[in-house]
Amino acid sequence: MQRHFEEEFNALAQELLKMGGHCERMIQASVKALLERDLTHSAQVLKWEEQVNVLHVQIDEACMHLLALQNPVASDLRAVIAALKINNDLERIGDQACNITQNTIDLLKSPGLRIPEGMARMTELAQSMVRLALDGYVKRDVGLAEHVLALEDQVDALKDQIFNEELADMTRNSVAVPRGLDIILIARNLEKIGDHATNIAEDVIFMVKAKDIRHHLDQAKA
Amino acid sequence: MAENLFKVDVKRARIDRLMRGLCWAGLAVALVPLLSLLFMVITRGWHRLDLDFFMHLPRPVGIPGGGMSNALVGSIELVAIASVIGMPIGVLAGIFLAEYGDNRFAKTVRFYADVLSGVPSIVTGIFAYQLVVKPMHGFSGLAGGFALSLMMIPLIARITEEVVRLVPTGLREAALALGVPRWRSIVSVVVRTAMSGIATGLLLAATRVASETAPLLFTAFNNQFWPSGLNQPTASLTVQIFTYAISPYQEWQDVAWTGALVLLMMVLLASLASRLTVSKNRQIQL
Amino acid sequence: MPPEEPVSTDTMEKEAKQRTVAPPMVTARAPQVPDQGQAGGDKDQVKIQVHGLNAWFGEKQVLHDVNFKVVEHQVTAMIGPSGCGKSTLIRCLNRMHETVSGAELKGSIRYENQEILAPDVDPVAVRRRIGMVFQKPTPFPTLTIFENVAVGMRLHGIHDQKLVTATVERSLRGAALWDEVKDVLHKPGGSLSGGQQQRLCIARALAIETDVLLLDEPCSALDPISTAKVEELLFELKNKYTIVIVTHNMQQAARVSERTVFMLNGKLIEYGPTDKMFTAPDNRLTEDYITGRFG
Repeated sequence: MQRHFEEEFNALAQELLKMGGHCERMIQASVKALLERDLTHSAQVLKWEEQVNVLHVQIDEACMHLLALQNPVASDLRAVIAALKINNDLERIGDQACNITQNTIDLLKSPGLRIPEGMARMTELAQSMVRLALDGYVKRDVGLAEHVLALEDQVDALKDQIFNEELADMTRNSVAVPRGLDIILIARNLEKIGDHATNIAEDVIFMVKAKDIRHHLDQAKA
Repeated sequence: MAENLFKVDVKRARIDRLMRGLCWAGLAVALVPLLSLLFMVITRGWHRLDLDFFMHLPRPVGIPGGGMSNALVGSIELVAIASVIGMPIGVLAGIFLAEYGDNRFAKTVRFYADVLSGVPSIVTGIFAYQLVVKPMHGFSGLAGGFALSLMMIPLIARITEEVVRLVPTGLREAALALGVPRWRSIVSVVVRTAMSGIATGLLLAATRVASETAPLLFTAFNNQFWPSGLNQPTASLTVQIFTYAISPYQEWQDVAWTGALVLLMMVLLASLASRLTVSKNRQIQL
Repeated sequence: MPPEEPVSTDTMEKEAKQRTVAPPMVTARAPQVPDQGQAGGDKDQVKIQVHGLNAWFGEKQVLHDVNFKVVEHQVTAMIGPSGCGKSTLIRCLNRMHETVSGAELKGSIRYENQEILAPDVDPVAVRRRIGMVFQKPTPFPTLTIFENVAVGMRLHGIHDQKLVTATVERSLRGAALWDEVKDVLHKPGGSLSGGQQQRLCIARALAIETDVLLLDEPCSALDPISTAKVEELLFELKNKYTIVIVTHNMQQAARVSERTVFMLNGKLIEYGPTDKMFTAPDNRLTEDYITGRFG
């Protein structure tokens, strides 16, 4: 029996996916601008950001509507609460992509730019993590969520690598400092995107297993 | 211009008026015998309805001022005896049938109660004659009361059963849930709640029995004097009316009409009283 | 292995539209056997312990092997679809089940460690300790409000007028009804509103020496405000009494109870803390029922 709740909830989930799709595109485009040194991609990012903000508000309203009027319990309740949290994380991801764009605009003004190798790889990972986490939400698949948690380590490692490279560069050559800082900032933005994707994965695990694994990092990443 | 969606159907209205007319006509036809009876009894009995009637004993023909005082007292006495015997048995039987009445024994009891209530009153009279008058070697108020009680019992039992059954199960359960034994819950809650209904039933049964003639004919017989004892023949209003009515004397016939009027008035008063208790009951029920 | 190459925007959009939301899975724990009623190791005192309870109406078996416990000073709710046996179960607890002809029960019900189904136990005495309030408020119509509350005592032979009056007041206060009726105690019991009548019935049960109160859908015949008042009352009452409530309103069960029993077709499906039952139940059937997939 298709319940009314399920219809409304499916509509909500589609909105989340749409938002996630925008976020993935924003991540890709913001770094592409840097890699190809082409600021037209950056303009795209800002356009998508508007849509993300609209969805952010709509999804919050839809969740409130479901909670107030449908009185969900058990797994339904966990799914709606997870949606609320994922909504926030996605919005933060969008913000981070905008920050990357901002930092890119500054960076491209600097002469002698050398883009670290890890940057492209980090971007792919960040995008994957977001997609996998959302997939896990929609399919209620804990395996996908756990994979996201595993990828976080790689992202963190790449960030550290970039940090050290740039630090070495800046120490050698003080002219390199402004661009080095911008690069580190962009790397941090990407790492934060990974964090938010991890949060989404943790929310998926909570929704499916009713287990709250946050702040128990060693137990979660078995 | 929208046409009237709710137009009256003329044919239906006509049929409605016709049926209503028929109902009123039926009511009028049904009322005719009742009204004519009342009219006759009142017009013929009215003029001898005086203090003499209520205070004096019957007097021989030709001597004015005779009454039916002994018959009135006698009727009361007979109904009292019948009640003493019949009411406790009837009420207890009714309670039993209502509370414990799901088994075969109860079904049998109910069946026989129905049979008993259908027995012709004259047969009851003969039965009482055989059972009481013969061993006592004489007519008596006891025998008359006994005969009347036989008619009272099934009537009271059935009315009591109906009324007690009407008490909602919720009340019974509520009483039991208070940790009260079953018999106590029946007595203190169920019967108490049904009390006014039972009282109405008792009143109706007493009235019905006070109007009986046939069973008294050869049990209490009749008596022109005051009741002198339970084991003596006792006058009763109904038998006295009978005696006077079949007599050839105009005087006595007149008094018979008056007796009939008094009897009718008693029945009417009793009906009114029972109706009042019923409506008072309805106010308390939620 | 998840895809690692960047995918084009159009493909992502298409994928997004194709993803359907999977039906929710129940929590991935191993299904637990319903609580066998062992006394908890924590500080919860067990008031009533039910073990292996089976009940029949004539030939038809209506309860199958029910086990659970009622903890003192808590509200235990019983939920389940119509005909699941929850009313039958609660009526077994004070031996009202057997008042229906043809009804039978077997098993064990222990009240404070005493077996109340033993042959030498008087069901009447059991009902004095374990009181019951029914779905339809049943004040005795021929009695006044005062007498309605006092009737339990009177029928138990207590006639000391001072004691009776004091107990009536205490019970009416306990049922949060005193202030509303203290000036009209002489009026007939039927003159109160539905919600007040129900609280009157609760006061009536409190006036005898009960310490367990069984409530069989007490609010179904009441309007929402009266329902709220009765629920508030339960919060206060559980400090002194132990309460078991049957309800078809799941939100009510969620609001008022600490433990919940879920029944289906005469079997106890799940029994546990209410917050767990409503956030992460163990059994699939429980999940389906409380989310409204059936029933």
